[in-house]
Amino acid sequence: MRNFKDILKIADSPFKSRLLLGTGKFGSPSEMQSAIVESETEMVTVALKRVDSRKKEDDLLTYINRDRVRLLPNTSGARTAKEAVFAAKLAREALETNWLKLEIHPDPKYLMPDPIETLKATEELVKEGFIVLPYIHADPVLCKRLEEVGTAAVMPLGSPIGTNKGLKSATFLEIIIEQSTVPVIVDAGIGSPSHAAEAMEMGADAVLVNTAIAVANHPPEMAEAFKLAVIAGRLAYESGLGPKGNTAEASSPLTGFLND
Amino acid sequence: MNSFLQQFQKTDWLDIQRRIYGQGNIDVKRALAKKKRDLTDLMALLSPEAMPYLEEMAQISQKITQERFGKTIQLFAPMYVSNECQNICTYCGFSFTNQIPRKTLTEEELLQEASILKKLGFNHVLIVSGEANYTVNINYFSKAVALLRKYFANISIEVQPLSQEEYQKLNLLGVHSVLVYQETYHREIYKTYHPKGKKANFDYRLTTPDRIGKAGIHKIGLGVLLGLADWRTDSLYCALHLDYLQKTYWRSKYSLSFPRMRPAEGIDWQGKVMSDRELVQLICAYRLWNPDLELSLSTRESEVFRDHAISLGVTSMSAGSKTNPGGYSAEEDSLEQFSIDDNRSPKQISKIISSKGYDPVWKDWEILEY
Repeated sequence: MRNFKDILKIADSPFKSRLLLGTGKFGSPSEMQSAIVESETEMVTVALKRVDSRKKEDDLLTYINRDRVRLLPNTSGARTAKEAVFAAKLAREALETNWLKLEIHPDPKYLMPDPIETLKATEELVKEGFIVLPYIHADPVLCKRLEEVGTAAVMPLGSPIGTNKGLKSATFLEIIIEQSTVPVIVDAGIGSPSHAAEAMEMGADAVLVNTAIAVANHPPEMAEAFKLAVIAGRLAYESGLGPKGNTAEASSPLTGFLND
Repeated sequence: MNSFLQQFQKTDWLDIQRRIYGQGNIDVKRALAKKKRDLTDLMALLSPEAMPYLEEMAQISQKITQERFGKTIQLFAPMYVSNECQNICTYCGFSFTNQIPRKTLTEEELLQEASILKKLGFNHVLIVSGEANYTVNINYFSKAVALLRKYFANISIEVQPLSQEEYQKLNLLGVHSVLVYQETYHREIYKTYHPKGKKANFDYRLTTPDRIGKAGIHKIGLGVLLGLADWRTDSLYCALHLDYLQKTYWRSKYSLSFPRMRPAEGIDWQGKVMSDRELVQLICAYRLWNPDLELSLSTRESEVFRDHAISLGVTSMSAGSKTNPGGYSAEEDSLEQFSIDDNRSPKQISKIISSKGYDPVWKDWEILEY
């Protein structure tokens, strides 16, 4: 794997890969497994509700090599802070990790995160010793508020989950990246490798991708494409992109006469 | 109480039917070209004019279903807990006047059924009953849910309409979804098929999803019994209902089922059977209109149809179903509500789902206790 100038650290844990993968929506667990391998990711999200903690060995988890990949359980399905905190504790017990992707979406249609409940739950979970990565709107003020209560990272959305629409929230993501003291992981809406590269070029610390890989015709190859895009985007960011201009600079129609 | 009834009363069946059948080729094309489709587009997609565009509809349906749900099919099993029923529904095997032995599962029998379903791999269960309010009521359901939640990660119920307080109680006990089908939105036709019993009250049934929504249940299931009235008009009405519910009870998810009427012994129904082609049109039309709806297909349908439906837009399926109380532990299929067409085992169904490139999902919920 490519080494970047700056290594990504979340809660003091180093990550070489800046690509996180979601494990839902795949056509088969073995396809998911190959995608994880090809992406070279070091952290994958797993929905607690999909894990059968009553079984000794859950089917889904047997496909994830936990020596190489950190599990990031999510609270998908929770509608309130109370439900999310409860789910987090179940996840900690079932998956033996205090890392948590906090997802609270009372709206099952667009899965829009509830900012009020998310802030409440983050505060409580941090006190309980969790390493919390909350899924949120691209809301710069909320990000600062989350930092104040001890969030380990922020995960603002590019566009609604599963829509593959790319960085519709780009203007706000830029502000968040500019102001943040914790890693910014762009989550949701990244539909193609070019979107991922765009987020990385912007200065995001990492991206999380699920649908675009899971429902591709060839998920492992698509996972590799995303890996490369994330590397390209990060390299470009670290190398310093040239400034963007709105007009061509070849001539100076208004002031050229001064040189004559 | 504010409910769908007020909105329903402003509609006219014949007017809606005329509008659906008046849709032209251009309306269908416009609906197909759009990214977001409204109820007018749904009219076009449900109309006979859309029939020649079935393949195109199916391809769009597959694409948007995969985007929203991934390549997954949720598996569940119905558990019939009682066939006692005081309603007369002329098309149903449980109908009050049918001379069949009646049975309600005891606690011990519930556990027996549960352990068999668990062994078959199920984690999601749907409790089904007739309507016998003296014996199979909220007390019975509460006990059953309390017992079954030790076995299952997700419990749904499809029983008689209850009160808001009763739904609240079930919600607290961990019930995830409640299914109540209106059967038909045609008031007069409804009357002829449901002449006696509490179910004869059309309005009470129509306002049931409002009570479920107010009680904060996670998922509400709707459906019409296809073949009682004109299926196109009925399905549009069901969409009107869904549209209202989604806007009003926005914290809940919604699911739809597509039970088709078929002629069978002992039932009084001479309607026209909806064709496979029409059912595919209906499934795809709903999906194109509403990308987030869970669409469910039961074992009433044939093997061939179900195998193909996997990649059409359906998101959940039952498998190996028994429609008689105690059916999983009993030796013979007796006392059943309707006969099923797809008799394959859950394991076989799961294999077929995998062979189509989809992941059979056995668990996708966790009952949270505080």
